Amino acid sequence: MTSTTDAGVLAEGLGKRFEELWALRDFDLVVPQGSVLGLLGHNGAGKTTTVRILTTLARPTEGRAVVAGHDVVADPAAVRTRIGLAGQQATVDGLLTARANLQMVGRLYHLPRSVARARADELLERLGLTEAADRLVRTFSGGMRRRLDLAASLVAAPPVLFLDEPTTGLDPRARVELWELLEELVRDGVTLMLTTQYLEEADRLADDIVVLDGGRIAAQGSPAELKARLGGERHEVTVGSADELTSAALALGRFASDEPAIDADAGLVVAPVRAGVALAEVVRALDAANVDTTDLHRREATLDDVFLTLTEPTETTTEIAA
Amino acid sequence: MTAIAANLRFGLSDSLVLARRNLSHVRQIPEKLLDVTVQPLMFVLLFAYVFGGAIAVPGGNYHEYLMGGIFIQTLTFGVMGPAMSMANDLSEGVLDRVRSLPVARSAFLVGHVLAEFAAALLGLTVMTVAGLIVGWRIHTDVPHAMAGFGLLLLVAFAMLWVGMLLGSVVRSADAAQGLVFVVIFPLTFIANAFVPSGTLPSVLQHFSNWNPVSALAAGIRTLFGNPTATPDGAAWPLQHPVASSLMWCAVLLAVTVPLAIAAYRRRTEG
Repeated sequence: MTSTTDAGVLAEGLGKRFEELWALRDFDLVVPQGSVLGLLGHNGAGKTTTVRILTTLARPTEGRAVVAGHDVVADPAAVRTRIGLAGQQATVDGLLTARANLQMVGRLYHLPRSVARARADELLERLGLTEAADRLVRTFSGGMRRRLDLAASLVAAPPVLFLDEPTTGLDPRARVELWELLEELVRDGVTLMLTTQYLEEADRLADDIVVLDGGRIAAQGSPAELKARLGGERHEVTVGSADELTSAALALGRFASDEPAIDADAGLVVAPVRAGVALAEVVRALDAANVDTTDLHRREATLDDVFLTLTEPTETTTEIAA
Repeated sequence: MTAIAANLRFGLSDSLVLARRNLSHVRQIPEKLLDVTVQPLMFVLLFAYVFGGAIAVPGGNYHEYLMGGIFIQTLTFGVMGPAMSMANDLSEGVLDRVRSLPVARSAFLVGHVLAEFAAALLGLTVMTVAGLIVGWRIHTDVPHAMAGFGLLLLVAFAMLWVGMLLGSVVRSADAAQGLVFVVIFPLTFIANAFVPSGTLPSVLQHFSNWNPVSALAAGIRTLFGNPTATPDGAAWPLQHPVASSLMWCAVLLAVTVPLAIAAYRRRTEG
């Protein structure tokens, strides 16, 4: 049995190798019970591999992980009784009705038939699928499938829930609805680990964020910490010719909270905006530096910016003043 | 002891739940059962009434001869159902769902076997009734007749495992279907299933004589007391059709069961 002081999820030096490629390496993690961890990264960053190891679907090559008080390698059966998983690929059966899917999962948790039926009805109601309960799942929209998948992962009311990119491919409205639902679950005390490609999603839901890049942890911290470091607005300047990149970077640097990054292929300079800078000042500075600016705009930081900042040394000349 | 008993009970109930899932698919897509219902029926009618008039069976009635062949041909095509359903499930997320639940890993495989065996039973029933309608009869005593149906079940079981293996190694259900057609079609037609092999050109005759389908069809005919039309001096398997049928089934099962389980384990290892 798990005591309340145990972490919901604990990983130490976790690694997974596929032939010559390490999909995950040196992965350390502590997710306190009842908290939400957002695992942020691009496709191929190792998010799904992490989830598959923690949910006993894949064996780690090295390291160890304890989920809901049980070791994933030594005692996978015990882990499975205490977790719920909604995979990236919807894991519901298209040729069964929504109700039959949930009843099957209930029966596989060894719930008595009547309990499985009642639980299925309850979850259909909770996820707004009662109307569609007796329809074949293959007729469902992407959003409905995701909700049913989530329902299936909730059948046994697991204390730890893993969601692999729960909102990928959903329209904005369905995404917000799912977020509200997840917030509700977290209020009920569930430990939640979710992977996402969206900074905004991790920001809204997660207590802590781990940024994965190329199978390794690139950054870790609360959303506020990471945003202070990585987020905020960006100035993005497109110049007419490549030899103007350096002078544009110099001009932008005066208004930047960190060193500007140069993307020579795209003819772009991107810099994080220092607080209190007006766009007009930037225009004047670029003009004064005789930069042929073809485009200039100010936008919110994207995940790309985060990765650019985290994973690649910025290509700037050292003499740029901070 | 009680823990083992509980595991066994859960294992069985898990397998039944999963078998029921496969069977529900049939309720949603009844076409899935065409290969074990309409298809054999079509073959019975086609050969009994269209080609049958032109085929002479030395020492017997063609309708009586035909059924042994139809039984074996249909059971051989029974490779398709399990191959496709396994291939489908292995390429979709459903297996991940099942594997993240506290369910024995074998339950998924056993569930498939149970459901597909039920489908094969249905097919056998349809064929038996259709055979009786077109004039096929059992001429042996009860023990032999029972042995005949026993052999049919054994063949069904062996083919099911061939399908399970195939479905676990191919990349997609379509690939499984293509492969089954390319292999099973010649196997069931270059045999004594529909025509006595004495009428074939000598190279094909040689193939037919050593073809397991021929031995199995002859085995069924022998046990039901139907004409086998085995020419004098035929190959050993046809001279001893029941023994060779049992051997073929044993060989198939000895090869496919461990390989299918190993392939499934490999696919679910991650």
